Amino acid sequence: MYRIEPDALNELIQSLQKERYTVIGPTLRGEAIVLDTITSASELPVGKTDEQSPAKYRLVDKAEKTFFGASVGPHSWKQFLFPPTLKIFSARKRGETFEVSEDIESPESSERYAFLGVRACDLSAIQIQDKVFGGGAYRDPAYLRLRHQAFIVAVNCTRAGGTCFCTSLRTGPRARVGFDLAITEVIDHGHYLLVEVGTDKGEAVLSSVTRRPAQDEEIEGAEHAIRAAAQLTGRSLEPDQTREILYSNTEHPRWDVVAQRCLSCANCTMVCPTCFCTNVEDVTDLTGSVADRVRKWDSCFTLDFSYIHGGSVRPSSRARYRHWITHKLASWVDQFGTTGCVGCGRCITWCPVGIDITEEFRVIRETYLLNARGKSST
Amino acid sequence: MASVLELSSDRTEVAASPMLPRPFVIKKVRRETEDTFTVELDPREGRSRFEFLPGQFNMLYVYGVGEVPISISGDPAGSTLVHTTRAVGAVTKAMAELRRGDVIGIRGPFGTSWPVAEARNKDVVFVAGGIGLPPLRPALCEILSHRESYGKVVLLYGTRTPSDILFKDELEQWRARFDLEVFITVDRASAGWRGNVGVVTTLIQKAGFDSRNTLAMIVGPEVMMRFTTIEFIKRGVNPDSIYLSMERNMKCGIGLCGHCQFGPVFICKDGPVFRYPQIKDLMVKWEI
Repeated sequence: MYRIEPDALNELIQSLQKERYTVIGPTLRGEAIVLDTITSASELPVGKTDEQSPAKYRLVDKAEKTFFGASVGPHSWKQFLFPPTLKIFSARKRGETFEVSEDIESPESSERYAFLGVRACDLSAIQIQDKVFGGGAYRDPAYLRLRHQAFIVAVNCTRAGGTCFCTSLRTGPRARVGFDLAITEVIDHGHYLLVEVGTDKGEAVLSSVTRRPAQDEEIEGAEHAIRAAAQLTGRSLEPDQTREILYSNTEHPRWDVVAQRCLSCANCTMVCPTCFCTNVEDVTDLTGSVADRVRKWDSCFTLDFSYIHGGSVRPSSRARYRHWITHKLASWVDQFGTTGCVGCGRCITWCPVGIDITEEFRVIRETYLLNARGKSST
Repeated sequence: MASVLELSSDRTEVAASPMLPRPFVIKKVRRETEDTFTVELDPREGRSRFEFLPGQFNMLYVYGVGEVPISISGDPAGSTLVHTTRAVGAVTKAMAELRRGDVIGIRGPFGTSWPVAEARNKDVVFVAGGIGLPPLRPALCEILSHRESYGKVVLLYGTRTPSDILFKDELEQWRARFDLEVFITVDRASAGWRGNVGVVTTLIQKAGFDSRNTLAMIVGPEVMMRFTTIEFIKRGVNPDSIYLSMERNMKCGIGLCGHCQFGPVFICKDGPVFRYPQIKDLMVKWEI
C-alpha cells in the first residue's frame, strides 16, 4: 500500500498515457458526471458530489477539493468494453455473390483503455459481463479484446450514494479483486490517496509516480472511511433465494401495480452496467454495393424485442418489467452463476418515475416469506 | 472470474466466425403453398456438404435486408442444405423473391437436436402443426433411413386448410409406405377434402402407439404443443420422452443478444429442441 499526494494523480495519468492507454474517468458534462477521455486530474469532478434518489440526480459543491467525491453517474464502463453501436461485418457485392469481411478492428473495438475511478459495484459488473461475453461456448471477440487490453484503477467508496445498495449484495463498497490499482481517497488530517497494487501491470504503472509506503494510521483512516460508507448505505436487497422468490411469484399482483407506473422507456436497461441485450441492423449504402451489419444495444422493454410472426411475446409492460427484474435477480443466476445486479442504484436514479428495484423485490419477497411461514405452520 | 481473460487469444478468433454469414448459392426454389417455399442451397466455395443434426437451425441472411432464424428441413444425408419457410416478414418476403443462382448468407448450424438415437427401439410419434413440419423432417428422414432400428413410426400433421399442406408429393410417398403411418387433419375443410377435420390432438387416439415405449417429437404453435403434450401424458407417455421445439425472436443465434430468453433458457443455445420437463413450468405462464 502506497500513499500518493493529490498532485501526483497527474503523474499517474501521464504514466498511463506513456503506456499508450486512453485514460477514461469521471468528468463533468452539463449537470451530470459522465465517463469520458481525460488528460489531467483537473478534468475530474473536483469538489463535486451528487444527491441521488429515485428519479433524481443533482450535483452539489462540497468543501473539500476531492477528485472522487461523487458516486456513480448515468454512464457505466460497459459503453467502452461493449460499445453501444459496433460494426460486426461489411458485406460487399461481388457479381452474383457477396464477400463478408470482419470489421472488428474499428477504433471502438481496438482501443487500449485505462479506466480511472471504477467503483466496486462497477468492477463486479465488468466481471459479470466477462461471464456473459466470455464464459460460454460462443464468445464476443470485440469485448474480449477490449477487456484484455484494459487497465483498471478502482476507487473504493468512502461515501454511500443516495440509491446505492452494494453492501447488501456484497459487491462493495471496497474493490476486492480484478483491479490493477485501487485508490482510496482520504480526507482526514489532510487530503491524500492510498494506492493498493493489484497486478504487476499496476506496479509498473505506479513505478513512475511519486509515492511512499503508507503508514498504519493512514491505512486505518482509509479502512474507517470505507466501513462508514458501508454502514451508511441506505438501501438493501436480500440476495438469497431470489430464484425461488421470483419464479414462484410470476402472477403476483405487484406486477400490475408496477406496470401502472412503468413507462417501458428502457432507461434502466441503458444505465445498467450488466444489461447486455443487442439488436442488429443491416444497412446498405445508396448503391447497394456495401451492406454493413451494426450491432446496437437493445432493451427488453421495447415491444419489438420479443416480436415473432404474429406479435410480441411480451406485449404488456407488466410482463416486460417482470422479465427484466426476474432476469436480473433470478434467471441470470441459472445462466451465469451470479445475479445480474451489483447494487449500483443507477436504475433507481434514472427511472423517470422512480421505480426502485429494491422496493419491488422486497414486496415480492415478503409475500414469499409469508407464504413459506404459512406453509411451515400448518 | 479472471479466468475468462486468461484464455488464449486464439480461442477468441475462432469465436468470430459464428457471427459471419457464409455465402451459399440457391440451386433450386420450390413453392410449397401460397405463402411457403423451400430453398436448396450449396456452399459456394466448393466446400464439403453442410453437416448438421436434425432439429438444428441456421441464421439466413439476405444481402442488405436482414437475417432470420430458420430450421433446417432437409435430409441430413442429402447433398444440399434445405430450408422451408413462410414469407411473413421483410427478410422472408425478400427471400421468397430469390431465384436459382442467387446467394444467401448462412450462419450455423446452431442449437440442440432431436433425440433420434434415444428414440431407437421405441415407437416414434411426430406431431406437426402448420409450419412445424419442416423442422421435424430431418429427424423423420433420418429415422426412415434406419427404419429397422425403430418401432412403429407415426406422423400426425395438422394445418389450417387443405391448401396449406406442405411437402404434398412426399407425404403421398410416405403414406404409401407400409412402415410409416401418416394422419393429416385440417382446421377448415374445403370442397373435395375427405380427410380429418379438427385440431391435431384429435389424431393422437388414431396413432395406436405403445405408450409405455413411445418417444414424441412435437413442433407447432405453443398452445398446440401444450395440448398435444397433455394428451400424450394422459395416454401414459413418459414426460421425459416428449420433446418440443420452441421459437422466439433471435438476433445472434449464439446466446449473446438476449432476445430468445424463455425464463432461464436461451432458445438458441439451450434449445430449440427441449425435453418437455425442462420447460414444463414455463409453458403454462403467460408472456414469459
